[in-house]
Amino acid sequence: MSGVRVSVGTRKGAFVLTSDGKRERWDVNGPHFGGWEIYHLKGSPADPNRLYASQSSGWFGQVIQRSNDGGKTWEPVGNQFVYDGVPGTHQWYDGTPRPWEFKRVWHLEPSLTDPDTVYAGVEDAALFRTIDGGQKWQELPSLRDIKGHLWQPGAGGMCLHTIMLDPGNPTRIFIAISAAGVFGTDDAGKTWRPMNRGLKSQYELPDPDAEVGHCVHRIAMHPSRPGVLFMQKHWDVMRTDDAGESWQEVSGNLPTDFGFPIDVHAHEPDTIYVVPIKSDSEHYPPDGKLRVYRSRTGGHEWEALTKGLPQSHCYLNVLRDAMAVDALDPCGVYVGTTGGQVYASADAGNTWAPIVRDLPAVLSVEVQTLP
Amino acid sequence: MIRVVLPAHLRTLAHVDGEVTLDVGGQVTQRSVLDALEARYPMLRGTIRDQVTQQRRAFVRVFACEQDLSHEPPDAPLPDAVATGAEPLLIVGAMAGG
Repeated sequence: MSGVRVSVGTRKGAFVLTSDGKRERWDVNGPHFGGWEIYHLKGSPADPNRLYASQSSGWFGQVIQRSNDGGKTWEPVGNQFVYDGVPGTHQWYDGTPRPWEFKRVWHLEPSLTDPDTVYAGVEDAALFRTIDGGQKWQELPSLRDIKGHLWQPGAGGMCLHTIMLDPGNPTRIFIAISAAGVFGTDDAGKTWRPMNRGLKSQYELPDPDAEVGHCVHRIAMHPSRPGVLFMQKHWDVMRTDDAGESWQEVSGNLPTDFGFPIDVHAHEPDTIYVVPIKSDSEHYPPDGKLRVYRSRTGGHEWEALTKGLPQSHCYLNVLRDAMAVDALDPCGVYVGTTGGQVYASADAGNTWAPIVRDLPAVLSVEVQTLP
Repeated sequence: MIRVVLPAHLRTLAHVDGEVTLDVGGQVTQRSVLDALEARYPMLRGTIRDQVTQQRRAFVRVFACEQDLSHEPPDAPLPDAVATGAEPLLIVGAMAGG
């Protein structure tokens, strides 16, 4: 019987949660790297037992860990992330220039075809790649040429947090940065273009529809339809049907269009999920109710999913990398919270139950569907 | 033989228990001890000092013989008691956790 492996990164370690295809009973393995911040861990689509983890600490910096047995054991690999050339400056919060400085790896995206190739999105924002299983990391530097001097940090830091590989075109990559926006390459990272037309940041940027500088929180795609992308921006839920050339707002009837994660149903390319958050200064759900919202129409029309989720006195957050879906039928949806819960739905969001309730604050959730 | 005490998280990372003992050729300095430590335990590279600039990480301190050596030049000789192995060199995570 098939199963799922849920990899959870938290403020104080990593946890690996496994279940069979019913997704009713769970084994909890961890903490791995206890006491360290695990911003992200993710398995290779080409070798499901190969996992990579970003382990970091304000004291001891960045470590990258690799597992060859599905997260049971780990070994540290290369952790040297050096910007190419003279990195120059970006904007600080007050608009003054600030030198680029590596802080941590936010997101690891293994190649769809090669377990030894992995992309790393880092803070201060840049994209790195390894082709030897994590021993050496090299920047794809031309990304920062796209008006990098105008990029600025969001509240969490100036992070490259989303890396999406086009399953139909191995040279096409989309990435997203807070606060710079979406960028795309059609030549495997040699050249990049900003893809922010249609975004409006009236209260964040002096020019609301600037080419770069938008605080994009997350983008998502369905693998069968890589020209259609969905975005949770700082405010606004957006959609593009032309692979990022132009974006339209699809916030519709959401109670608030601020939020962090967004994801797409595994089998229904127009079914998408967000977690509305009250505002950019009140990072908790409106009305003290944790509600995942689902649209079956690719946006505009949304329904609240509440069964099994806390509907009173709930003031946690769901961070941008903390929602994922599995590929079983029905599709499973997973949400990790800053309160330490990982909620799972085995019926596409209709009903929810916690897998774990008391982990450290959850930074990321990834799911692998296992044969 | 030089004795080095690592903070708990770095002992875990390096898979060691208790003190680390190192053979250090030539003059015993912070730099030569860290060079020997990182050669023996490559997974510690970047966790105590930057891999490019060799600057001590801001939240790491270095103590020995009841002295704070964090701000000593990296090539300054360490105390004789460290060089002879009578006292350990302490790599310490700064007291920033509350």
